[in-house]
Amino acid sequence: MSDAALPEPRRRSALGRLARRPLALLGLAIISVTVVSAIAAPWIAPFGRDEQLFEGLTLEGAPMPPGGPFLLGTDLLGRDLLTRILYGARTSLVIGVVANGLALLIGTLVGVTAGYFRGWLGSLLMRFTDLMMAFPALLLAICLAAIFTPSLWIVALVIALVNWVQVARVLYTETTSLAERDFIAAERAIGAGHGRILWLHILPHLVPTIIVWGTLGISTTVLLEATLSFLGIGVQPPEPSWGNIIFENQTYFQAAPWLVFFPGMAILLMALAFNLVGDALRDVLDPTQRGRG
Amino acid sequence: MTLAEAPKVRADAAPAETVLSVDGLTVSVATETGLRPLVQDISFALKRGETLAIAGESGSGKSITSLAVMGLLPANVRATTGAVRLAGTDLLRLPEARMRAIRGDRVAMIFQEPMTSLNPVMTVGAQLVEAIQAHEPLTRREAQARALGALKSVRLSEPERRLRQFPHELSGGMRQRVMIAMAIALRPDVLIADEPTTALDVTVQREVLDLLRDLRREMGTAIILITHDMGVVAEMADRVIVMKDGRVVEEGPAIRIFDAPREAYTQTLLAAVPRMGERPAEEPPPPRPSVCVLRDLTVHFDVGRGLLGRATHRVHAVEGVSLEVRQGETFALVGESGCGKSTIAKTIAGLVPFAGEIEIAGRKLHSQADITRAVRRDAQIVFQDPAAALDPRMRVGDLVAEPLVIHGIGTPPERHATVEALFERVGLSRAQIGRYPHEFSGGQRQRICIARALVLRPKLIVADESVSALDVSVQARVLQLLKELRDELGVSFLFISHDMAVVDAFADRVAVMFLGQIMEMGTRAQVFGNPHHSYTRRLIEAVPIPDPGHVRPSRERLASEVPSPVRRRDDPPRRLLLRDVGGGHLVAEAGPG
Repeated sequence: MSDAALPEPRRRSALGRLARRPLALLGLAIISVTVVSAIAAPWIAPFGRDEQLFEGLTLEGAPMPPGGPFLLGTDLLGRDLLTRILYGARTSLVIGVVANGLALLIGTLVGVTAGYFRGWLGSLLMRFTDLMMAFPALLLAICLAAIFTPSLWIVALVIALVNWVQVARVLYTETTSLAERDFIAAERAIGAGHGRILWLHILPHLVPTIIVWGTLGISTTVLLEATLSFLGIGVQPPEPSWGNIIFENQTYFQAAPWLVFFPGMAILLMALAFNLVGDALRDVLDPTQRGRG
Repeated sequence: MTLAEAPKVRADAAPAETVLSVDGLTVSVATETGLRPLVQDISFALKRGETLAIAGESGSGKSITSLAVMGLLPANVRATTGAVRLAGTDLLRLPEARMRAIRGDRVAMIFQEPMTSLNPVMTVGAQLVEAIQAHEPLTRREAQARALGALKSVRLSEPERRLRQFPHELSGGMRQRVMIAMAIALRPDVLIADEPTTALDVTVQREVLDLLRDLRREMGTAIILITHDMGVVAEMADRVIVMKDGRVVEEGPAIRIFDAPREAYTQTLLAAVPRMGERPAEEPPPPRPSVCVLRDLTVHFDVGRGLLGRATHRVHAVEGVSLEVRQGETFALVGESGCGKSTIAKTIAGLVPFAGEIEIAGRKLHSQADITRAVRRDAQIVFQDPAAALDPRMRVGDLVAEPLVIHGIGTPPERHATVEALFERVGLSRAQIGRYPHEFSGGQRQRICIARALVLRPKLIVADESVSALDVSVQARVLQLLKELRDELGVSFLFISHDMAVVDAFADRVAVMFLGQIMEMGTRAQVFGNPHHSYTRRLIEAVPIPDPGHVRPSRERLASEVPSPVRRRDDPPRRLLLRDVGGGHLVAEAGPG
């Protein structure tokens, strides 16, 4: 090891560095458009949310393909698909952000506590996690949904209670190895308390993993919500969500592919956007990656 | 058949025959801004039976040079100009398939870390046989015989049993011997040894160096020895190349380089090397109050799981150690890996449970829970690897100020002023406070760790191998800093090291540890000037001496298992009694070593 000074790299604020990444900006743009259209749905949607339009069906009673007054076509009941997707963004955003965020929170809490303290508390928490993992997620969700009356927020809670398990497992492993590192021993030697070590010296190192799981979780939670809706215990019709639009219409996939294609694209774009932003955030927040782009 | 009788051996061949020559070699790494040279215009010739040492500090390009010769450069690094000729063939122009045949067969390499260079899931025998069969069309039986011969020639005890063992069953020194056996099994013309003893204990290093020297004599293998340790260079090399920043600084016969170095860099490099017995004896300081006293300190770890989940074995890491560190003095704990010296450091830092008594600045502590924040304020620790001991996601200024925050000392502006002053005191600039640890070099990072330990104004600093990972010139400067701090602030050091020469240059009093117990303890002059215990003598004899004129009696020793501190629970080790041989010089009775 040498004693010589290394050259001084250029610095920018975290936001400034994020703004220099075109892919991150693209992701941010997609997310902003989704959020704005979810909020502004009543004003920008061409039709009413549940309005069954007479001209939305052909003379045979089949849905209209994209084009004309119906930009993305209509569904089996003659409702405008674009309108449904715009309103559906509300549900899916709430599920994607709230349910997923809650799952991350529970998973982080359990995984980090178990990984840092180990001992009987750690064993107890991890055995409980294993139990949750072995239990079929869907069955659990159905049980929970049966106990509570279905509503958007209950669905979000149910999804969070099912989805935290993987996060906890992954963070547990990472925390155990982090807790063995020299700098944690050094922190303990200067008298740092558990709270300080966990908050300032363990959590920041877990951020990349949390971000990756968070962005991956967006699409899984949106689809889990769709599954629940399909089983009649998710968001209740006629309230639209991207997931239940797909499930309502999937049997007509061959006759009317747009009914599955457009909401599917919406889910894909949102997951992609969160992934792009998450990737960029992970790099930007890591001080050892600075000055490399 | 031993390798000495093998037909390929030509130890008595013409001495001037050149086996490997490197001409104007330049190696560059591809970066975004173009090619950046790592090694520039290196030329040397290696004769049969000769040992050439390439010496230099980290970043000098010595390892890159050896990797270029082996054709093992990383993907984005390549040799841009020059030639590497092995018996007339330019290795740089050979296709990978031909190079693979030469590698291992004609040119072999030993790496620094024998554990990671061996496959953990294959037996030693299987790995040797595989390496032999990859190059020579031998039957399995013939290859096994050759493998056994190679293990015998590296003087491993019970070679037949070793063939059936897995790498983790062998000690570090034995593993390195297996690596050497693998390298010489095919009787290469050139053996490249990249820091072959750096990861080994000093007594094991001694054995491996002796072995390499014997092999060269018996088989006529030419050796390129890459090392940062000038002691090893002096013991082994016929000729020396000193490298710095990718260029050759000086080249010449070892005796000439050590006796009359021409270049300023070589002179400073040699001057920075700590030497045993160089420091004059001093008047013992007047007795001062003690800062840290250990009384019958014992640390055990239970391992192994028997029936019903009960631990079956116990690691006796520290077994009844008593010692006293006085105010303003440096007390050194020396010993080889596994002797328990680092466990003592961790115990004082409150990181491991213990039995016995620790007294720090008048407070008597009897369990890990007694080591409170107030105690930690008086006793701080500096770890071996400064890169690992600093949280990479925090700015160094915040890291140094953190102990003040935790202990609730001062207001933010006061803390900032303290940190700035400390930065300057340890030789860093105020402007660097806002940077992250990875932006500093190794020596600077250790200075940050020292500042962090000092910020609470402790009475005792435990330095656990704190200069071992540093280059010699940096090591000398950091040691100088520690000495100044000791004299200015009156802080005491518990200095833990495996490096006898560094301890001899820095410590006031010394304790030698082996298997968790103290073998010998006294002033530096007593322990190093007049060692009584056989283990102390063995340690001192093993230290490489940076003087090529020094003649060392050659001894042949079989590498066998070292005694282990892991014992069955119902079989505790015998406690050795310490006897005063005069003037507070304590020596243990003949012990487990």
